[in-house]
Amino acid sequence: MTDKKGIGTVETQYYTFAHPPGSFILENSGRLGLVTLAYETYGRLNNERSNAVLIAHALSGDAHAAGFHKGDENPGWWDNMIGPGRAFDTDKYFVICSNVIGGCRGSTGPSSIDPETRRPYGLDFPSITITDMVNAQRLLIDHLGIEKLLSAAGGSMGGMQVLEWMVSYPGRIRSAIPISTAARHSPQQIAFNEVGRQAIMADANWKNGYYYGKEPPDRGLAVARMVGHITFMSDRSMAEKFGRQLKNRKEFSMFGADFEVEGYLQYRGSSFVKRFDANSYLYITKAMDNYDASRGRELSEVFKGIDARVLVLAFKSDWLYPAYQSLEIVKACKLAGLEASYCETGSAYGHDAFLLETEEETHLIKHFLEKVFLRRVNGEYEI
Amino acid sequence: MENMRYNSAGPEQKIIFELVKPGSSVLDLGCGDGELLSLLAREKKVKGQGIEINEKSIHECVAKGLNVFHGDIDSGLSDYRDKSFDYVILNHSLQEAKKPEVVLREALRAGRKAIVSFPNFAHYSARLQIFFRGKTPVTPSLPHRWYDTPNLHFLSISDFAEYCRERNIMIEKSLFIGKNKAVYIFPNLFALAGIFLIANGKPGKFLMKKEDV
Repeated sequence: MTDKKGIGTVETQYYTFAHPPGSFILENSGRLGLVTLAYETYGRLNNERSNAVLIAHALSGDAHAAGFHKGDENPGWWDNMIGPGRAFDTDKYFVICSNVIGGCRGSTGPSSIDPETRRPYGLDFPSITITDMVNAQRLLIDHLGIEKLLSAAGGSMGGMQVLEWMVSYPGRIRSAIPISTAARHSPQQIAFNEVGRQAIMADANWKNGYYYGKEPPDRGLAVARMVGHITFMSDRSMAEKFGRQLKNRKEFSMFGADFEVEGYLQYRGSSFVKRFDANSYLYITKAMDNYDASRGRELSEVFKGIDARVLVLAFKSDWLYPAYQSLEIVKACKLAGLEASYCETGSAYGHDAFLLETEEETHLIKHFLEKVFLRRVNGEYEI
Repeated sequence: MENMRYNSAGPEQKIIFELVKPGSSVLDLGCGDGELLSLLAREKKVKGQGIEINEKSIHECVAKGLNVFHGDIDSGLSDYRDKSFDYVILNHSLQEAKKPEVVLREALRAGRKAIVSFPNFAHYSARLQIFFRGKTPVTPSLPHRWYDTPNLHFLSISDFAEYCRERNIMIEKSLFIGKNKAVYIFPNLFALAGIFLIANGKPGKFLMKKEDV
């Protein structure tokens, strides 16, 4: 099934809104004039406009979820899940993925030009939230002429956006698939993000965020990414991938990257800085830490009356977003009387599992989406 | 060996299916592959929810379009408010729970009624095996050996009836089955499994009394 060919060459598109004198009002009292969202679509919107699926990306993701950009060797970040015959079957569904607001991969963020000053925003960029990300996505969905999404799906921070769709726009989704996510960050999750932020801000090149046109704080951002990668893996997956293997089978050097795992982290760090902006990292991690789907109330209260079917997925070795956080979402679904399913898949990959355990994910998501899609056509309890 | 095995998905499932009123809401605790829930949803327009521990079975349920939660029998009910369902079904799962007493209490709290089915440990063939061979019995409804059984508790039809009596649990209906057919006399001796429709209620109203053996 998944051996089938992917969707081939794709192109990023752009949607710009909030043209002056209008503006995009942000949750935390700020506003942005002229907002651009980078997005990609795969498959075709049907005549009834009932087959659209929104994919929300994680912290470092982007709009390029599937297929290949011209000349690229690697496909989009969730390519093994999106395409003909895959979990998000582009023969059946119209799949949309956009880069979040605050990002640096084509959507408006701190590295974008402030139309007022004609210079990059830097820290003049207003603070953004998960709600702002979803509000921007909603405008894109409007622009594409879609009244109701068949589903909103995503892992990690993408899962937070899915929860936000449920809470903010319950009438505009028929189903939701939050994966490896949390309704709110635990102190541990905030702590890891804070180490990343401090690493960036401790880099002398950061210059209070006004480094554009100069040397960027690459060292700090690389360290932030290295910490991130540690939290994405599990003890076991690290042991299996690297063991205590030395890179060059000689002796230890004083502070070189002797172990495979050190080399891996350094490689991950240094390749990350080529595609990611340090300020975006600060803004987006803050948005994640501040998010609380329940708005300080009981999650089940804010879930009440939601008509969408929900599929919650978690993975056993994920210690960054442990299953108990998914179970809190499940519990809220139970108390609010939502139609919901939950599966905790056995995996050794840690948080990375949602990008890697595609066989199990495919099975669950594919059937779930098919049933949601069919139900609309055939009546309520068609099974 | 395999065809000796008593099939709880057969006659028992049919009996449970008959007990559930159309259009009602059902929680199937230990729903397996979701056969029963699927049948109830299709034929009786039942609003169903399953809870199941086995990952493969979860996949089966999702493929059938069912709502299912990955979880165990013991903790599955605690999140629900009182009377969240018309029925909580425990189809051959009560004896696998760590604390069946808690599970039963929870089932009768989260559900208006509960439907409980379990293998009968006092079936005559089990009695004969213990008495004459001095060995842990293996019967069509208790097909596992002592070392590979998922069952943590062994109870008889009389045990369950007595338990209900003591706890003021009302037995609204009780049905007993042998190999492929209903058992009407001396169920504790001749039935391989019992199916009970129960609810919290006043004492003194029982369908079975004297025929206990």
